[in-house]
Amino acid sequence: METFSLLIDGFAIAIEPLNLTLVIAGVTVGLFIGAMPGLGSVNGVAILLPMTFMVPPTSAIIFLAAIYYGAMYGGAISSIMLGIPGASTAVATTFDGRPMALKGMADKALVAAAAASFVGGTISIVLFTLFALPLAGVALAFGPPETFALMVLAFATFIGLAGDDIPKTLFSIFIGLVFSSVGLDIISGEPRLIFGDLSGFYHGINFLVLAIGIYGIGEMLWTIEVSKGGVLMSKATVTFRRVLDSLGELRSSAKTMVMGSFLGYFVGILPAAGATPGSLMAYGVAKSMAKDPGSFGKGNVDGVVAPEAANNAASTGSMLPMLTLGIPGSPTTAILLGGMVIWGLEPGPLVFVNHPDFVWGLIASLYVANLFALLINIGFIPAFIGVLKLPFTVLAPIIFVLCVIGGYVPTQDMHDVWLMLIFGVVGYLMRKLDYPMAPAVLAIVLGPLAEPALRQSLIGSHGDAMIFFERPISGTIMLVAIVLFVLPLTKIVIRLWKRAACTNPR
Amino acid sequence: MKGRISFILGLSAAVGLGLAVSVPSQAMAQGWQPQKPVEFVIMAGKGGGADRLARFIQGIIEKHDLSPKPFVPVNKGGGSGAEALRYLKDHAGDPHVIMATLNSYYTTPLRNPGLGVDIAKFTPIARMAEDTFQLWVSSDTDINSVEDYIKSVKTAGAANWKMGGTGKGQEDSLVTAMLEKKFGIKVTYIPYKGGGTVAKELIGKHINSTVNNPSEQAGFWEAGKSRPLASFTPKGKLKGRFGAIPTFEELGYGSDMVYYMQRSVIAPEGIDKDAQAFYVGVFEKVYKSAEWQGYLSKKGLIPGWLTGQALTDYFIAERAAHSVLLKASETIK
Amino acid sequence: MRVAELVMALVLAVFSIYLMWKSTELPIGWLPGEGPGGGAFPFWLSLGMLACCISIIVRWVAKASPPSRSTEPFMTPETVKWFLLVAGSLTAMIALIHVIGVYGAVPLFLVYYVRFLGRHGWATTLTLALCIPVAAFFFFEIALKKTLPKGFTEPLFYPLYDIFL
Repeated sequence: METFSLLIDGFAIAIEPLNLTLVIAGVTVGLFIGAMPGLGSVNGVAILLPMTFMVPPTSAIIFLAAIYYGAMYGGAISSIMLGIPGASTAVATTFDGRPMALKGMADKALVAAAAASFVGGTISIVLFTLFALPLAGVALAFGPPETFALMVLAFATFIGLAGDDIPKTLFSIFIGLVFSSVGLDIISGEPRLIFGDLSGFYHGINFLVLAIGIYGIGEMLWTIEVSKGGVLMSKATVTFRRVLDSLGELRSSAKTMVMGSFLGYFVGILPAAGATPGSLMAYGVAKSMAKDPGSFGKGNVDGVVAPEAANNAASTGSMLPMLTLGIPGSPTTAILLGGMVIWGLEPGPLVFVNHPDFVWGLIASLYVANLFALLINIGFIPAFIGVLKLPFTVLAPIIFVLCVIGGYVPTQDMHDVWLMLIFGVVGYLMRKLDYPMAPAVLAIVLGPLAEPALRQSLIGSHGDAMIFFERPISGTIMLVAIVLFVLPLTKIVIRLWKRAACTNPR
Repeated sequence: MKGRISFILGLSAAVGLGLAVSVPSQAMAQGWQPQKPVEFVIMAGKGGGADRLARFIQGIIEKHDLSPKPFVPVNKGGGSGAEALRYLKDHAGDPHVIMATLNSYYTTPLRNPGLGVDIAKFTPIARMAEDTFQLWVSSDTDINSVEDYIKSVKTAGAANWKMGGTGKGQEDSLVTAMLEKKFGIKVTYIPYKGGGTVAKELIGKHINSTVNNPSEQAGFWEAGKSRPLASFTPKGKLKGRFGAIPTFEELGYGSDMVYYMQRSVIAPEGIDKDAQAFYVGVFEKVYKSAEWQGYLSKKGLIPGWLTGQALTDYFIAERAAHSVLLKASETIK
Repeated sequence: MRVAELVMALVLAVFSIYLMWKSTELPIGWLPGEGPGGGAFPFWLSLGMLACCISIIVRWVAKASPPSRSTEPFMTPETVKWFLLVAGSLTAMIALIHVIGVYGAVPLFLVYYVRFLGRHGWATTLTLALCIPVAAFFFFEIALKKTLPKGFTEPLFYPLYDIFL
């Protein structure tokens, strides 16, 4: 019960007036930063880090954690309302969130996202409280072969995303992976695929450039074609009653939420993986669990719930290796780690012993931040819906401006803005010909994780690919992945065979 | 209390609800001053050692109000810093851009002559510290000395001894090449994205040894999970608990087993003398601050203030030394 | 639509070949004892892209995919008009950012789009054209300390920095 009393002490720290003020402020700031296309929790935390030198370290980390949480909630907002994922963690949320918004159910999607985030956050914090130390060992057991196996699994859970046109889907995955390899080959240290010797390609093709191009500019061009440049008002409405109803309807998604939370948390703990693969896998699993997988991608609420529960759970999960091992599980935790060093705290195996008030104050404030993030998020839903109700001829130019600035800000390089424009226009033309674009966006996120892991493993084993199957953890994950790859194929084969049997009764 | 108020006001600006009413910093009496936010380019990606250090410096500048306009960190880590170098070259004469460097400052232009970057032309500002390297193994092994280490590597054979480090041609691989040459051993070198990952891989026993910076292993060492065997420093340079680690020189392996990672700040070529003086002044204050000195001693960095022509001379000498190292490790011809 | 499908597949096939050629700058084979070389990953995936393009063309010949059967035009003249107006103005805005900066190009774009494409009144147009750059300035430059490109208008902002930073 020692944990419990430590947690109570933590709560006493978390509800001090200063800390509580910071939690509320942090969640609000995070919500807005997360809702901007191009800005995610990394930016929020990095930008506000210097501000925290004016308060004690515990308050500072509480503030930054609140921003982190707020931004994770906020990421869903632009995914649902504009169809532009604000950060890679929110890509999967667009798949069903955007169709729901187009059907005039934006408020339901936003409520579902907020509720799922809350559940994901809560489950993960409880897991964090109970099993912080033993799970730190799991993170250590993950070397390159395990990371690669996990990436294969992430692709496998996504095989169901394939559209009707298999060559075009494959093309999309391949081009995303090729783009993800632009920049530097970290194994040989050589520059790679520097098109036209432009120095902008040295930093690679940022996921955001592709996502904002395709989902921002491409989507807008598509909508303009449909509306013929007309004013086109959204049918979105929101009332208190509707919010309550949507919350009630979510009971049927409870199973999905819990699944997403656990999956997200465990993937989040693993260094290098983080929230993005977690949310993608949760989406894939939710789809394969569903009774009506066909409705996914067309506005199924479970398609919003699963990734949102997972990405919030993962963001808590990724704090675990940061605190206990001093290893960041995501870019955002890397910045948090930098902050801890500046405040004079030593993250690492001894942090629970040397700074208990800090750790438990942080954990308790996560509970508080999670609650406030839910309340503030729901409170702002009418305002977000209000924005959606603007005439499209006003909304469109504002979104274009946001896309341009959002494409510029992460790297502060106009090169990326031009690239984004090209992706937007080409993506729009390809989309008209039924090329699915989501696989390319996923591939560009997972590629940089998968390729180095594959090659590091093979260097270690001197080119012996059996290394992925010989080690217990990676072997298990690989087997699951292979089953998931083969399952849809066997279904197709069986269907074809049955059809053949029907046409040939003899 | 005042800090808290301006902090909360700052927040409201962040949400776009109001304006930050920050107290204008007392301007320095004369000379050049930045007229807009200063771009503090970092030659490496977010979250790595160089990035953390630069953001730490930015924090000190902010905390002590050392500049009338903020320093804004911008990561340009692409191509092992090639992108940052090209950026600085293109901003010749721009006094609002400075850059935090590490050893890729020498190796990247040497490996990519096509960049057309000559580091001797950049304006030197300050060397803030020198970081060093140690040979690390997991504390679960019974390797307690360099001698044990060499024996173990030879028994295991190159194929079964995995050395983790950063990308090929970068610092870790150069230090590994030094080891291999000195002791006539061969290891399998596995490149990872950053020193932090390398440290963790050692603790997870995915690799057998590393040549981490002291700061990267400090936490694990303290927790008794890793063990340093020897430092790549001259005698007596390292102080504190890291000073207790024997150096290769002390162990009798000669004085050539020395390798530093410099942590310096530079500006583009052709900036005003006054602007250069301003930045030197700012970084001198940072260097002398209690926070910086405390960080150096805690993280096992070697203090080493250097500025002006002396710094340029140092860069040129180091570049020549790296050219030799790169040729020895067959990374360049 | 049918023509567009073929043209797109051919263009992408050429692009795949270009990527394959570009990948060969680094070793694309299996290095003994090391696994794939630095160019292998992009090279073999680009080859996969090329294979997909060929398969798309085969399906086009066989009329197996919906776009290759469609007799509708790829873009109606109306669509082409809107596409050019919008994408063109967007390109112009991005190009102008290099010269007159975000705070010059964005208001011009907004005036053009809201007034001339959207046919809203001058009141709405000017409100947007003024408020959005001002909001962007305070949100990005002051609160988040992310400088946006300003072209030659840069010195005009020095007094603002003096006041707000």
